Amino acid sequence: MKGRYKELGKVFLTFLKIGAFTFGGGYAMIPLIQKEAVENHKWITDEDILEIIAIAESTPGPIAINSATFVGYRTCGVLGSLMATLGVVLPSFVIIYAISFVLRQFQSLTAVQYAFQGIRAGVLALLCKALWGMYKKNQKNWASYTVMAGAFILTALLDVSVLPVLIGCAVFGLVTAKAMERRAQQ
Amino acid sequence: MIYLELFLTFLMIGAFTFGGGYAMLPLMQEQVSQRWGDIISQETITNFIAVSESTPGPFAINMATYVGSEVGGLLGSACATLGVVLPSFVIILIVAKCYDKFRNSSVVKGCMSGLKPAVVGLIAGAILSVLADVFFPAGLQWSVLQTPAFYLSAGIFAVMLVLAMKKVHPIIIVVLSAALGIGIGYLNLW
Repeated sequence: MKGRYKELGKVFLTFLKIGAFTFGGGYAMIPLIQKEAVENHKWITDEDILEIIAIAESTPGPIAINSATFVGYRTCGVLGSLMATLGVVLPSFVIIYAISFVLRQFQSLTAVQYAFQGIRAGVLALLCKALWGMYKKNQKNWASYTVMAGAFILTALLDVSVLPVLIGCAVFGLVTAKAMERRAQQ
Repeated sequence: MIYLELFLTFLMIGAFTFGGGYAMLPLMQEQVSQRWGDIISQETITNFIAVSESTPGPFAINMATYVGSEVGGLLGSACATLGVVLPSFVIILIVAKCYDKFRNSSVVKGCMSGLKPAVVGLIAGAILSVLADVFFPAGLQWSVLQTPAFYLSAGIFAVMLVLAMKKVHPIIIVVLSAALGIGIGYLNLW
């Protein structure tokens, strides 16, 4: 029993470290998880890491939470996944909560307003780069282009809500996939 | 009940965000401007993206904590963060038990083949509102083209885009843009 608590503590601290030292989130966390969970603690294997990425890609939610929950579950069951998730969330939570105060105090300063005027143009560039990266990872076929254009036009130009568009696109994907499957069988 | 609203809104955002990073931006932008637009403007969201890029932790958690804190203090940020985490947590626990069935499911594959490109289109839409905020802060008026601010923003954007494409770290891009912003400000050019 004592060994189990020790292991739970280790899971928590490891993911606390991962949460505190990953900038940018998403896939940036994978190499660190690999190093800690595979090489240092041998909780999971390299194959599991690939499995985690595949699962994270097809389940909702941030990749960091998906992978922390998964690794925690593999090591110590449900309690382990609770500890891992708590660990990976805590640094963000504390840091951002503190920063929200600092921002409120300083955002009226002239220098800070000037800085953010420049930063917003920089953020636009970062977002464009992220968009390009996601675009490249998609399949290049008519169905994929139709969904991209459709989702853009519906939400950005016609003011349709995001949620129904997401659900519609999932159904569209399901229907076209089934149709292609049937054609392949014939 | 502000706490319940924060929790449920971020629960929905967590449940419908597929793929990491900025995938949550479109839904979050929409929900935040509809519900708390008077507290958190588009400009504030764009500013916060820079903060999130320069601090550790996933974008989704950072954003939930920040919006929660602005709207409802410490309890608010705890509710929002719990909400955004919960769907992943529960779904992974279920999937971890029946992984093979899940991976080979043609329904999951089919839905994902629609969701992946949808996220690209949705993010393009979200970027359009950031673009409007950066270049047309006072609404879509052609008179903006006569202000130096428009061309200075365009210049910073172009330089940073080149740096970003060359895989310069986001923190360096944020710091450089901030420095340029301050420099331009004290030259009285904004």
